[in-house]
Amino acid sequence: MFLSINGLAKSFGTNEVLKNIDVEVEKGEVLSIIGPSGSGKTTLLRCINALEHPDKGIFTFQDGFNLNFDNKISKQEILRLRRKSGMVFQSYNLFPHKTAFENVIEGPLIVQKRKKAEVKQLAENLLEKVGLKDKMNLYPYQLSGGQQQRVGIARALAMEPELMLFDEPTSALDPELIGEVLTVIRDLAKEDWTMVFVTHEIQFAGEVSDKVLFMDGGYIVEQGSPEEVLKSPKEKRTQQFLQRILNPS
Amino acid sequence: MFHLNNMLYTISANMEGWELFVNSLLPMISGAIKYTIPLTLISFVLGLLVALLTAMMRLSKSALIQAPAVIYVSAIRGTPLLVQLFIIFYGLPSLGLTIDPFPSAIIAFTLNVGAYASEIIRASILSISKGQWEAAFTIGMTKTTALKRIILPQAARVSVPPLSNSFISLVKDTSLASLILVAELFRKAQEIAARTYDFLLLYIEAALIYWVICFILSLAQTALEKRFDRYVAK
Repeated sequence: MFLSINGLAKSFGTNEVLKNIDVEVEKGEVLSIIGPSGSGKTTLLRCINALEHPDKGIFTFQDGFNLNFDNKISKQEILRLRRKSGMVFQSYNLFPHKTAFENVIEGPLIVQKRKKAEVKQLAENLLEKVGLKDKMNLYPYQLSGGQQQRVGIARALAMEPELMLFDEPTSALDPELIGEVLTVIRDLAKEDWTMVFVTHEIQFAGEVSDKVLFMDGGYIVEQGSPEEVLKSPKEKRTQQFLQRILNPS
Repeated sequence: MFHLNNMLYTISANMEGWELFVNSLLPMISGAIKYTIPLTLISFVLGLLVALLTAMMRLSKSALIQAPAVIYVSAIRGTPLLVQLFIIFYGLPSLGLTIDPFPSAIIAFTLNVGAYASEIIRASILSISKGQWEAAFTIGMTKTTALKRIILPQAARVSVPPLSNSFISLVKDTSLASLILVAELFRKAQEIAARTYDFLLLYIEAALIYWVICFILSLAQTALEKRFDRYVAK
């Protein structure tokens, strides 16, 4: 097991967003989290790298690193947790004052303090992989949404994280730009990256995931293989949700 | 210094009009170069450092760290700059602390810039979206690195227009230093006027020199804004 999370809870004020949930992520697995808005799926993802500080919960990694959020967590521990994963945001969050290339090298160069020549090669390879090598010297405002998101993916990959987190990576995109981003993510899924993926793209989730997790009201309602959860869901709430998503009218 | 003082004395009481204007130009410009401009530059740079520190203290979550910054900004903004200058130069000697005119002026102007600019810097930092901090954290940055590499460079762009305002105000505020005996531009004008009684001409001349300096600065502001705008959609 790459990561086990037990008893994760998070509230915003009096609003309990995550109610004591358990999640397990296998090494090399693609885990999709689906569910209606307000179900807690994005909060769950953001707890995995402590962008939201969990109120409770025990994180256990395969390599023995563990964190118990019942106790006080040091800044070093938070940093160590964050450096295990890379994240792709719904709104890209590229650094607007840096070119595509500079966005990608920032982490390895400044945080990991790797050699400049090595980082340059790495960034060029990654930008080539996401199909943007010819755009590497452009600023984010000069790129389309789909291109920006692909730079966002390259920036996260550049840290060579053990785990990739995607927070609705195509939700802010125009429909005709979704495909190019999904293609990149599909390639990563084939490469055995361990990924957790919050999405509204049910079909795509079914296609690339090893495991699908349906959340509602702060709980995990149902989880299992894409066939189990998406094709023949057992729970009523899952059935209703899929019905609404797949037949919107 | 000696040489220029002598030059001041070549202006005689019966000079007038164009001749007086031309002969006063050199002493006034020398006052600007030797005092007005250095006073402005040094106070502004030191003031920005104080402002950055104050802004960071105000953005801290701890009330204990915030409090001194809040009191400092309130005290400086709530009292006249001239009174602050007088406290430092004429007041502190009674506590046995005598500071020369120029350093006194530097201290007063630095504290002044520090308070006003801290609010500008604080607002600029707050104007950068939370997503920028988060993106920096997800590539493993600490808060300090994120601030230095990601937030401040973007905040700097936002703060150029308001900070330029502060800078230009400061140029003009340095004329107050004439009242604590700093031989800057306006004091030179006063000294000449005291002997020739041509107040209107000499004070307009001083005003023109301030205007030229400020005009050059606003050109610099435009150039700086242009440079920062290279990464923003037009």
